[in-house]
Amino acid sequence: MENIKENIDKETVKAVAELEGDKYKYGFSTDIESETAPIGLSEDTIRFISAKKNEPQWMLDWRLKAYERWLQMDEPHWANVHYPEPKFNEIYYYSAPKQKPELNSLDEVDPKLLETYKKLGIPIREQEVLAGVKGAPKVAVDAVFDSVSVATTFRKELSEAGVIFCSISEAIREYPELVQKYLGTVVPQSDNFYATLNCAVFSDGTFVYIPKGVRCPMELSTYFRINAENTGQFERTLIIADEDSYVSYLEGCTAPMRDENQLHAAVVELVALDNAEIRYSTVQNWYPGDENGKGGIYNFVTKRADCRGKKSKVSWTQVETGSAVTWKYPSCILRGDESVGEFYSIAVTNNLQQADTGTKMIHLGKNTSSRIISKGISAGRSNQTYRGLVSAHAKALNARNFTQCDSLLIGSKCGAHTVPYIENNCMSAVFEHEATTTKLGEDQLFYCRQRGLSEESATALLVNGFVRDVMQKLPMEFAVEAQKLVAISLEGSVG
Amino acid sequence: MLEIKNLKVEIDGKLITNGLSLTVPDGEVHAIMGPNGAGKSTLSYALSGRPNYEITGGSALLNGKDILALEPEERAAEGLFLSFQYPLEIPGVPTLTFIRTALNEQRKYRGEDEISAPAFMKLAREAASRLKIDNEMLKRPLNVGFSGGEKKRMEIFQMELLQPNFMILDETDSGLDIDALRVVADGVNYMRAPNRSMLVITHYQRLLDYIKPDKVHVLANGKIVDTGGPELALELEKSGYDKYEVAA
Repeated sequence: MENIKENIDKETVKAVAELEGDKYKYGFSTDIESETAPIGLSEDTIRFISAKKNEPQWMLDWRLKAYERWLQMDEPHWANVHYPEPKFNEIYYYSAPKQKPELNSLDEVDPKLLETYKKLGIPIREQEVLAGVKGAPKVAVDAVFDSVSVATTFRKELSEAGVIFCSISEAIREYPELVQKYLGTVVPQSDNFYATLNCAVFSDGTFVYIPKGVRCPMELSTYFRINAENTGQFERTLIIADEDSYVSYLEGCTAPMRDENQLHAAVVELVALDNAEIRYSTVQNWYPGDENGKGGIYNFVTKRADCRGKKSKVSWTQVETGSAVTWKYPSCILRGDESVGEFYSIAVTNNLQQADTGTKMIHLGKNTSSRIISKGISAGRSNQTYRGLVSAHAKALNARNFTQCDSLLIGSKCGAHTVPYIENNCMSAVFEHEATTTKLGEDQLFYCRQRGLSEESATALLVNGFVRDVMQKLPMEFAVEAQKLVAISLEGSVG
Repeated sequence: MLEIKNLKVEIDGKLITNGLSLTVPDGEVHAIMGPNGAGKSTLSYALSGRPNYEITGGSALLNGKDILALEPEERAAEGLFLSFQYPLEIPGVPTLTFIRTALNEQRKYRGEDEISAPAFMKLAREAASRLKIDNEMLKRPLNVGFSGGEKKRMEIFQMELLQPNFMILDETDSGLDIDALRVVADGVNYMRAPNRSMLVITHYQRLLDYIKPDKVHVLANGKIVDTGGPELALELEKSGYDKYEVAA
């Protein structure tokens, strides 16, 4: 069983042969006895995945139900992004890791990538892990705590506090009652095309449970998960904060993530019960493709939080700099009376990147409040859309929302769009919306340079000024890295 | 000291500055006056290195160094400061953060240590009180939402903190009421020093009542067509620029 799990946890690589050409012809076997599912999606594929993961019958049934539903759905096209439609029957949904070309040393790594690592201040040893150099440790470890034993110590501390923090596959086997109670209750199986697909074929992901009254003793980060290797393209996360508990969860990594999977469709579900608080921070820097947008990752994620309990609170903070196409709306359902939802976002697009992102704040309970601060930076020929929904149910007495959307345009070939939807069915609800668009042009840059600032530091200064209020919402160590990341993402985009 | 010889500048292929020569020795203040479209602002942008201002001939030496070969930020670090006719807004960046970052980059270029935060704050407070700039304003993003007069005052404030050795004031008097004009002029005069020189570009004689020039030049059709003492400015105020335009 350990063996199987190991294989699951390893980089599960599925190719989109159509999109990336010949690269994926190699390294796959169609032999069922090996670790690869047959190409394409069918009931057999799903049975295969479920069997490989040793799942109980109820899990398999759940997946199959989702699959049945998915067959009747069409891919949505309302977002302001354009890309060739993935051919779902040419994807490998479960596969043994494709052999990455093994590198003997960092000398063989793309110098551009190394330069970025250097700028981010990533230690050599971790650079080797990220670049996949032969002999490098198999566990991704944080730059600060770069030893496995430290990670293990953290696990011990967590279990003493009663916190469950494990892979979702493990949770399905070890904590079936919790998973059954909450899985799919925030993002229903039939929610949307990609979420439904995820329900059918999810590869792996994270499970967190914070028991009643427990304040999680540390920031939970995917860094520290023992099996922190790539969880594949259909990641599934479920976080439950029981009454009076608190947890802060960090997802992602500032180091550029290269992944062989072009399509990523994750689902994240958060449940906050009475007086519980969840802070969910994301730094996403997936490969955006080259200057012409070729080869970048499509990131179609469904993230939603259910503020189920009275006075519960969920706060989403995201720094998005990667992916060729991003399509995500981390949202909050403010069901419990006096619950609070927050969304703080920085999205940076450069070259040919496209992002359609924002949030939904659904006010159902009395005296619920929400706050949205979105900072979008577009450079190059990129295109970015903020799309947000704020709604109040008739019973959401005194619901309040404040929304602020700021866009910064760098250069004259990029685009920024703001699409705020407001649905207010409650007389006593108060919604406020503010939006600004600023253009960072050659004139401003010349002004800065006349004062002695180089082009690079002028851009960094202006951009960091623009995103400051959101950066302050990130956990400290994340914020420092994220700030550097934003500057790097925009290098050379002005003038 | 600034020495310009036979400078030619084109914008989009059109010749604007046409063989301009001018020397401003250390410690002197020279005024440049002239009709609209004479090329006054072009001269200030060409000297400070604005992109698209193409130098097609001549030279400009700042303290003996060929500045035309340098990037704009290098020229700044060599001591060139341009007070903009229309200062730009820098959203999100507090005024003092902006100036301190710029100052430290200049110092780095010159091989000097960074200025400490307390030392910088002390200089900033002194300059602010001389220029009657409110402390609250220094915390706000540079020039964002400032009035025209406030922006001009902020240019002089930056000049005082960056301590350049050659300053170009491009129509610093435009948009100023008489009280603001006096404050700005006092700030400029405070900067006068034996090792510093200045080029004051203006339409009107008014500013020169407050900032006394050593010499006045008339710029028309892209070159210096007349030079005299302060009395030349008074004369121009009466007779206008007609005779120069006809001559050219």
